[in-house]
Amino acid sequence: MRLLIIEDDRESADYLVKAFREVGYVADLAGDGEEGLALADSGDYDVLVIDRMLPKRDGLSLIGSLREKGNRTPALILSALGQVDDRIKGLRAGGDDYLPKPYSFAELLARVEVLSRRHGGPAEETTYRVGDLELDRLSHRVARGKDELTLQPREFRLLEYLMKHAGQVVTRTMLLENVWDYHFDPQTNVIDVHISRLRSKIDKGFERPLLHTIRGAGYMIRDGIR
Amino acid sequence: MTAFGKLIRTTAFRLTLVYLFLFALFAASLLGYFAWNTRRLITEQITTTVNAETGEVSDIFGRRGLRGLVNTIENRALRPGANLYLVTTPAGQAIAGNVGSLAPGVMATIGWSETAYRRLDEQDTADHHALVRVTELSSGFRLLIGRDLEERRRLFGIVANAAQWSVLIVVVLGLGGGIFVARRVLRRIDAMTGTTQRIMAGDLSGRLPVGRSGDELDRLAENLNAMLERIEALMMGLKEVSDNIAHDLKTPLTRLRNRAEEALAKSGSEAEYRNALERTIEESDGLIRTFNALLMIARAESGQARGNMDDFDAADVANGIHELYEPLAEDDGMTLHVRTESTPLHGNRELISQALANLVENAIKYGKPLAAAQPLGADAVAAASSKEILIEARRAGGQVLLSVTDHGPGIPQADRKHAVERFVRLEASRTQPGSGLGLSLASAVATLHGGELRLGDAHPGLTATLAIPALSGVGDGLAAQTHDVPQKVA
Repeated sequence: MRLLIIEDDRESADYLVKAFREVGYVADLAGDGEEGLALADSGDYDVLVIDRMLPKRDGLSLIGSLREKGNRTPALILSALGQVDDRIKGLRAGGDDYLPKPYSFAELLARVEVLSRRHGGPAEETTYRVGDLELDRLSHRVARGKDELTLQPREFRLLEYLMKHAGQVVTRTMLLENVWDYHFDPQTNVIDVHISRLRSKIDKGFERPLLHTIRGAGYMIRDGIR
Repeated sequence: MTAFGKLIRTTAFRLTLVYLFLFALFAASLLGYFAWNTRRLITEQITTTVNAETGEVSDIFGRRGLRGLVNTIENRALRPGANLYLVTTPAGQAIAGNVGSLAPGVMATIGWSETAYRRLDEQDTADHHALVRVTELSSGFRLLIGRDLEERRRLFGIVANAAQWSVLIVVVLGLGGGIFVARRVLRRIDAMTGTTQRIMAGDLSGRLPVGRSGDELDRLAENLNAMLERIEALMMGLKEVSDNIAHDLKTPLTRLRNRAEEALAKSGSEAEYRNALERTIEESDGLIRTFNALLMIARAESGQARGNMDDFDAADVANGIHELYEPLAEDDGMTLHVRTESTPLHGNRELISQALANLVENAIKYGKPLAAAQPLGADAVAAASSKEILIEARRAGGQVLLSVTDHGPGIPQADRKHAVERFVRLEASRTQPGSGLGLSLASAVATLHGGELRLGDAHPGLTATLAIPALSGVGDGLAAQTHDVPQKVA
């Protein structure tokens, strides 16, 4: 997995490169907008991580010119501007995801993984399978083994999102954004409660749990123990 | 710049000069027209009289010959205030009349002319002027009849004099008035300038003087004062925020630092380090949340979030938040209900959702009946209902009301205004986690939409209501209205 990080703050850039390399990514670094554009244009990257405010050329215009040239590499924008309208501006400019600073590396990693999968992954399937858990997106049926499970509509969408990204960590913020379409930060553990409801429906009474809590990061659905 | 220089540079003074010029011109041309017409009238009168008399006298000459002519002329010439008469022989010798001398060549010119003359009986040497007509009688005799122009000259003199005076008076009065008006305006402008300078120097409480006349300057002053009011409020808000940041962000920062220091000081096990680091991250996450909430409030209060307004149904927001928080409330032993009717709204959906979410979180956190105050098993029904939280979306008049009602201890009337302020956490809630920004964010969001956050009594408990005008978004209101009309027609 090849990653390009475009960030002008040397310290956070080095930290990111090191952290991504530790989890097995090949991470390149560009220190300003022009260099970033040149690298992104020439190299074959899976995901771009772009700081919004860069010297020489800002992040949004960088993405804009990449997209103009037909470069569709998924781009994640990092920004100190975390308000809703800034996010919308960022996504309109051609960004695929938007993460306000300061962020946790776990959150960034989870989002980058989802983006890289989206880029290279297969087309949307109609049925998701994880172990013996099966979710049919057309008929809205969910079954574990031979047992038919009854889910509330929102629980269905929650499970659908988790299963779409099976084997990947999804964070609470990602769930809130993608399942509920809220971009604010609840002060309570509201997502955890939804997850525990879902867990009691899909995992309770079964020997092998599928829905795992990843400490300090979020949740993951997968077959087997990590 | 001298005081006078300042004075003549005022708009009022310059306008006065322009009007002054126009009025002087008007007065002068009016009098000029009058003078010219009068002169023409007098000349016409003289011409008529002289023509008539010439006809008469020629007639007499034709009927009674030279003797008759001379007699008539001598007679007429002797009357008081008589016209001028002169009869000359073909050789040019005067034989009758009252004219002593004439400008040379007058008698040679047949027809009208103006000439200086002297009467026969006059002693003074000053020349008079007259308008005369010379006619040739048969056999070479010439007759001159004319009239003195003194009258015409005097009249013209009077008019010219009047013209001078009136122009002078117009100029003096105009200049005086101009200076008076300009000085009045200048005084008020100077007062305004003085105040603005004081304000610029940092005294934000200064206000421009407003007179009672309600003229344009007063209205300008009023508007500027309203603007200053707003700026002062914003500045106060900013100061308050920085004070609060200083207090409420420094406290957790100090805690964070102490913890790191402590962990560093004592050589503990890896588990202890890990624990300390985890708590550090937790603490900084809390800080980030507080910081974000503060920024959000500041943005909402300054009106920057007015973009991103669209039309949606408040009922959807209420249902969405209910759906999100229902399991959490249940885990906490409370029941979350929702009651909605379709209520279209124009606004920032994300912000309104967040405001409502804050109210619900508050209700879940603080809306529990006090355990001690509720005697166990005293009234099972009351106890059950008191653990209910109701989210409502409805329309009342021109307002959309999004409310959250709990049956906890509520907020005493006296504390309600205070509760909305930033970082305020009422005594009862000190022990609970939270930044103390929930209500102020909700309030800022309501204000942004031209509405307000109302805190009321639910007997017992608290009803927190976001009251937002149905066609909200100050400035967007009109657009939404006009946008609404064709929809109704269609």
